Amino acid sequence: MKHRLAFAGKKLLRMALLLLGVSFAAFVLMAASPLDPLRTNVGQAALGTMSSEQIARLEDYWGVNTPPLERYGNWLSAALHGDFGTSLLYRQPVTTVIGQRLVASLGLMVFAWLLAGALGFLLGCVAGAFRDKLPDKLIRGWCLLLSSTPSFWLAILLLLVFAVWLGWLPIGLSVPIGADAASVTLMDRLRHAVLPALTLSITGVPSIALHTRAKLIEVLEQDYVLFARARGESYHSIVLRHGLRNIALPALTLQFASVSEILGGSVLVEQVFSYPGLGQAAVAAGVGGDLPLLLGITVLTAALVFGGNLAADLLYGVIDPRIRRGAAKA
Amino acid sequence: MNPILEVEHFNLSFTQYDRGSRRRQFTAIRDLNLTVRAGEVAAVVGSSGSGKSLLAHAVLGLLPYNAAPSGTIRYAGEELTSERVAALRGREMVLIPQGVSWLDPLMQVGPQLRRGDRSPAARQRSAAALGRYGLGPETETLYPFELSGGMARRVLMACAVQENPRLVVADEPTPGLDPTAAGRMLGHFRELAEGGAGVLFITHDLELALAVAHRVTVFYAGTTVEEVAVDAFSSGQLAHPYTRALWDALPQNGFTPLPGAQPGPGEVLDGCPFAPRCPHCRPECRSGALPPWRETPLGRVRCHAWEGGDAL
Repeated sequence: MKHRLAFAGKKLLRMALLLLGVSFAAFVLMAASPLDPLRTNVGQAALGTMSSEQIARLEDYWGVNTPPLERYGNWLSAALHGDFGTSLLYRQPVTTVIGQRLVASLGLMVFAWLLAGALGFLLGCVAGAFRDKLPDKLIRGWCLLLSSTPSFWLAILLLLVFAVWLGWLPIGLSVPIGADAASVTLMDRLRHAVLPALTLSITGVPSIALHTRAKLIEVLEQDYVLFARARGESYHSIVLRHGLRNIALPALTLQFASVSEILGGSVLVEQVFSYPGLGQAAVAAGVGGDLPLLLGITVLTAALVFGGNLAADLLYGVIDPRIRRGAAKA
Repeated sequence: MNPILEVEHFNLSFTQYDRGSRRRQFTAIRDLNLTVRAGEVAAVVGSSGSGKSLLAHAVLGLLPYNAAPSGTIRYAGEELTSERVAALRGREMVLIPQGVSWLDPLMQVGPQLRRGDRSPAARQRSAAALGRYGLGPETETLYPFELSGGMARRVLMACAVQENPRLVVADEPTPGLDPTAAGRMLGHFRELAEGGAGVLFITHDLELALAVAHRVTVFYAGTTVEEVAVDAFSSGQLAHPYTRALWDALPQNGFTPLPGAQPGPGEVLDGCPFAPRCPHCRPECRSGALPPWRETPLGRVRCHAWEGGDAL
């Protein structure tokens, strides 16, 4: 127990350092951005008609005149006290904006994450078990094709087929256009989430499938598999009893590591579908110079990715008997 | 006694691709002959890289897909086809492998022994097999990493004897064991033979082979050079110069090393593979096929230089 606490403590310290580094890197990138927040958000034409006082007030609002390091320092000290500031674009507390966006995105991402994981694992197992035979070749070809397809292009393709040509699904947003918020049903929301979620999961499948395949092939070359064959176990039973058991742990790691890919993918996909989620907010904040919102989203997503990997590490300790029992004895 | 396993003129080569698409045949075993009789322990002795493990895998039909075996393997008098070997292995023919890495690291010993069979009969069988090697029922819930080296070997033995095998192939079952534990393992092999099974005991350790076996077959560079009864060693009736060199290299027999090295796998020499290192090499040894088998008082040998008795 003691060593597990020490393990968790070390991980948390790491997470704190990581979040600090990530927020600083995001800040530096934003400070170095050539986009002028005034011109992007107010517009060149509107700026021309304003008095210099008005412009000065706007510059103050967007923090143009504050030295960069001071801005970061202010943000950091406030954030450490639990105050993530107010979004400059949405004029609401960052936590509120992120909360709303996260609710919209979370369903999308969790669905995509689970579907990509399940489908990827299944395809990877089939490909690995039928190594170099027809099913493997088909799955591998499909995976290579998909992983060389940009996700935004795939999103546009799906839009074209299912929303424009077939007209089965809406072309974007998370609720019907012009509908009263009270009249929006769950079914409406689901229908709007199908295409983005599908795009996200389809692009997540190849890496999981190919990694699972490689792992299964590696396991099937181990001595214990040869011994199982020598003991008369059928190939079928070997794959199910020994193969799946031994790729379960790496698959878990893969699944949690793919959190980052899903998050990254959601930025592009939400943009294409105009889906008002976290990814879209991240793009808006980055382009519009909304520092508090961007840093808030960055820290949150970094924490999610880190949390995913941490969850995998902790689950390892619960599932792998070598860690579970080995630690109990030590 | 009836031969349970006969290997005749067995060749084994592998297809390899080197540098792009150039295919290469790689000969690992050449014209190998071996007999294991029911009720005896037949040892195969050879240094590492001589193809001993491949022989074990060939007998059990476990060769990789790029292997091209030829020749005859007969089990209980009938040719061992791939269908037959698939039906027999794990039942009549069993393998006792080297060590703990041959057990699934994430499966407890009990389920592993029972191969997925959950019937009470299977439970009884596995408990009896463990008990036979002094392992209690608590062993069943252990994972392989919790077993000591000696316990792991006993679990592997238990895997084999659950089924009353007629042929036991033991591939280097003792490395890493202390002399007492190794001695106990050897006793178990004798027991299996006394129970009527044929035991093929593969090792690089001549002393171990002499301690357990009835007959010894000497392996060199992918072929067999001499098959002889164990008594021939102590009575000095060895016919092949390599067998003698192995015997003389034992600490108690002078510790004399043999200069030179075994040809590497895939390196095929004309004539006798031992010729370059042989103190009795003759011109005919260096060309043509392998020397033919010749009967000796206690076995047979593949050497041009042997002239009967002790005269080399």
